[in-house]
Amino acid sequence: MTSIPTPHANKLPESQHNSSDNYLNHSKGFMSWAFTVDHKRIGIMYGISICAFLLLGGIFALILRTMLALPIANIDNHANYDPAYLKHWMDIYNHMFTLHGAVMVFLFIIPGIPAVLGNFVLPLMLGAKDVAFPKLNLASFHIFVIGSLILAWVLLKGVLVAMFPGLSPYIGYGGLETGWTFYTPYSMDSNSAVVEATFGAFVLGFSSILTGVNFIASMHMLRPKGMNWFRMPLFLWALYGTAIIQLLATPVLAITLLLLIAERAFRVGIFDPNLDGDPILYQHFFWFYSHPAVYIMVLPAMGVISELVTAHSRKHIFGYSFIAYSSIAIALLGFFVWGHHMFTSGQSAMANAVFSLLTFSVSIPSAIKVFNWLSTMYRGEIHLRTPMLYVLSFILLFAIGGLTGLFLGALATDIHLHDTYFIVAHFHYVMMGSVLIAFLGGMYHWWPKMTGKMYSEKVGKIACAMVFVGFNLTFFIQFIAGSQGMPRRYASYVDDYMIYHHISTGGAFVLGTGLFLVLFNWIHSLLKGAPAPANPWGANTLEWQCSSPPPHDNFADTPVAGDPYDMTEWQYDESIKGYVKAND
Amino acid sequence: MINLLAQLGSRVWMPDNASNYGSEVDGLFYFIYWLCVLMFMMILGWMILFVVRYRKREGYQANKPAPHHSTALELTWSIIPTIVVMGIFYFGFKGFLDMATPPSQAYEIQVIAKKWSWQFVYPNGHVDNNLHVPVDTPIRLVMQSDDVIHSLFIPAFRIKKDAVPGRFTKTWFTATQPGDFNLFCAEYCGQQHSVMKSTVTVHPAGEFEGWLTDAANFLKKMSPAEAGAKIYNLRGCAQCHTSDGQASTGPTFKDLFGREEAMTDGSKLLADEDYIKESILEPGAHIVAGYQNVMPTYKGQLKDSEITALILYFKSISKHFDGTIPTEPLEKDDQAASEQENQSSETTTEGQQ
Repeated sequence: MTSIPTPHANKLPESQHNSSDNYLNHSKGFMSWAFTVDHKRIGIMYGISICAFLLLGGIFALILRTMLALPIANIDNHANYDPAYLKHWMDIYNHMFTLHGAVMVFLFIIPGIPAVLGNFVLPLMLGAKDVAFPKLNLASFHIFVIGSLILAWVLLKGVLVAMFPGLSPYIGYGGLETGWTFYTPYSMDSNSAVVEATFGAFVLGFSSILTGVNFIASMHMLRPKGMNWFRMPLFLWALYGTAIIQLLATPVLAITLLLLIAERAFRVGIFDPNLDGDPILYQHFFWFYSHPAVYIMVLPAMGVISELVTAHSRKHIFGYSFIAYSSIAIALLGFFVWGHHMFTSGQSAMANAVFSLLTFSVSIPSAIKVFNWLSTMYRGEIHLRTPMLYVLSFILLFAIGGLTGLFLGALATDIHLHDTYFIVAHFHYVMMGSVLIAFLGGMYHWWPKMTGKMYSEKVGKIACAMVFVGFNLTFFIQFIAGSQGMPRRYASYVDDYMIYHHISTGGAFVLGTGLFLVLFNWIHSLLKGAPAPANPWGANTLEWQCSSPPPHDNFADTPVAGDPYDMTEWQYDESIKGYVKAND
Repeated sequence: MINLLAQLGSRVWMPDNASNYGSEVDGLFYFIYWLCVLMFMMILGWMILFVVRYRKREGYQANKPAPHHSTALELTWSIIPTIVVMGIFYFGFKGFLDMATPPSQAYEIQVIAKKWSWQFVYPNGHVDNNLHVPVDTPIRLVMQSDDVIHSLFIPAFRIKKDAVPGRFTKTWFTATQPGDFNLFCAEYCGQQHSVMKSTVTVHPAGEFEGWLTDAANFLKKMSPAEAGAKIYNLRGCAQCHTSDGQASTGPTFKDLFGREEAMTDGSKLLADEDYIKESILEPGAHIVAGYQNVMPTYKGQLKDSEITALILYFKSISKHFDGTIPTEPLEKDDQAASEQENQSSETTTEGQQ
């Protein structure tokens, strides 16, 4: 039952048809995974850890949304509560929103797509046996584990100190309540584990940098015969753009976080006005990394969508070169817009004008991509499978996320909307509505390749619909709340905003249920899924030309690449429920 | 047309406007809003059309080969959005420049933000936790922060400006509607960020001056204990000292007067008038055991009569004090006030001896 049918018409070397040996069963035991240099196993291990962090961050999100739906969150009711209890409750909320943000940003969205899908798919798409530096790849995974353990320690300490306050003098403050942005001077005095948390983010940065180096080297060195730069799959262009940002921006974050640690531990006087430092300088440093980091998150997501939309529309991608160049344009322009996070901070009107103008320029490449994805569907043969439903969700949610950016790029309207729920909604549409959706779509798309198993389309579609509806219920209402003036990072609110919070919390639970259904579908597929053919979608990128799951060394002979989106030669074969090359 | 669209949207989006910025900000908001609706509907429409027409189904075969490149189309959907967003940039910038340039004759109010309250200092020296302004008058806010970054946000006025420690920031507005409006802190500043909230009261024409004079003279109007309670709430004492016996950042003021407190250096001190005055002016001199030396000095910020009012207020909420508390206002007229000042400074001199 577990044997994988051989794509009989596919004239690949015999070794790749050997279903008994694949990367999953090539060797056994904990050490064969923990110290593997196989990019596929590293990708799978990243996948498991990152999904665990998604679950953790999601639990924080549900806790904070639940807190906001309780009567205590309405300021009108505060008189009914003991003031000490109320303060304690606010502290808990502040920890929750910070931890939600920090876990999601540093442990899920930034590493997410490159580390999981990128690691698994990139060498396969290049027809290569591995990334350029396999041991460096393992090192970057180990660094990721160390960084995440440090952040886990921050959480554990928070729980310990909350349960046993007597421990505090021995292990210091726990948890984190500065906001994931660690703004100074608040982070100088916060009674939480700021130093450990920033050190964890610092360590994670190295994992990100090393992955970027590895990907750039792989794309330069390992492209197979026939794959010039403009025959490279668009996912790889997106990863290339991402890697540029990882390389150039992450060191700035590392420096900033080190300075912050030095400031907090040794009071050196860089950011703290009490020591003649400048808190606005911190914001410049921080956003110099963290705005490009938005594109570290969203560029790979765009790359995934480019692959999915063409594969499931069974049509050549529309405007290949415009999509490819727009990835690089976004990567470069993204470096010059950080000041739009600081329009109300007191930076000069001239700086505001320049940053506003540049911000609008970065919207154009994103718009180009959306139009090209839509045009790819034109006269295609659209298979509404689960990954394609995620593509449609992505285009709609990304359109809303991108269009609402126009309100925020424009100075006059941003002054009103800045630091309100409008911003919260906007970046959740971009971070979650786009990146998480693309991650899920990509996971479904490459799931047969990764696991050798098919998933349930029916459950997949229901879960996708729940995620889409739940997401919009949760976050669209927040645009309205924000435009009405509801500030973000508020543990409580005036009565006018209660209805928005109640609706949003309801949506969060629909969304959470949808995501659990996704997890259920994946686990069910692992246990009971039908065996996957080598090419279930008929895509022409090289990863579909090895068996599912791929053998230990991917390809016995390096394949020759053609146009990655010319799918005309792949014909559906009912007997294997997959596509085979017709002319073979 | 724009107005009609704005009215359609205004049931859902943006709060009622009460300042000079409303027409410009809301106009731009609704322009972008309807542009977004149009663009979104276009994307949604194409998507539905393509999915319906080209989805894989019985008897449908894609008409191959379909085009996969068109420079003309690419240029169209690059250039048109560029022109549109440059237009949005221009109007956004123009509106912002108006916000950044206050008229020269604006009425100036100093704003001091601290965890977790606002203080508005008027030209006559009056300090208030709520912002009071006259209608139809340009108001200039000069803002500073005592601790971390805060941000003054008045949704009904469409303004927001950070208060940054170590520098001054400025903003201005003209309120156009009398009434009370919410004022929030928009930059996360710790535990009680969400209740760092006050009210903007816009006074109808001619009523602001009267309010300001009355408000500034509360020592002449209220009994000393009431005035002390007002100062306790107004000047930030209440942020760290409760009046109900709960411990907080600092010791509670309930039953403080006449209580014997253990100090960090092991000595014991009786909380009398001198000790309280010293703690207000030189908070670091004697720290009660179990508390940190974090209180800023109020030297130069509170008048002697205000400190006297505070002491009388503490007496009024202490079980250790069984004397009588005067009910006549501390400041009756200018003469009475100066006598009072003399009296209290005599007490201080005695204490120091």
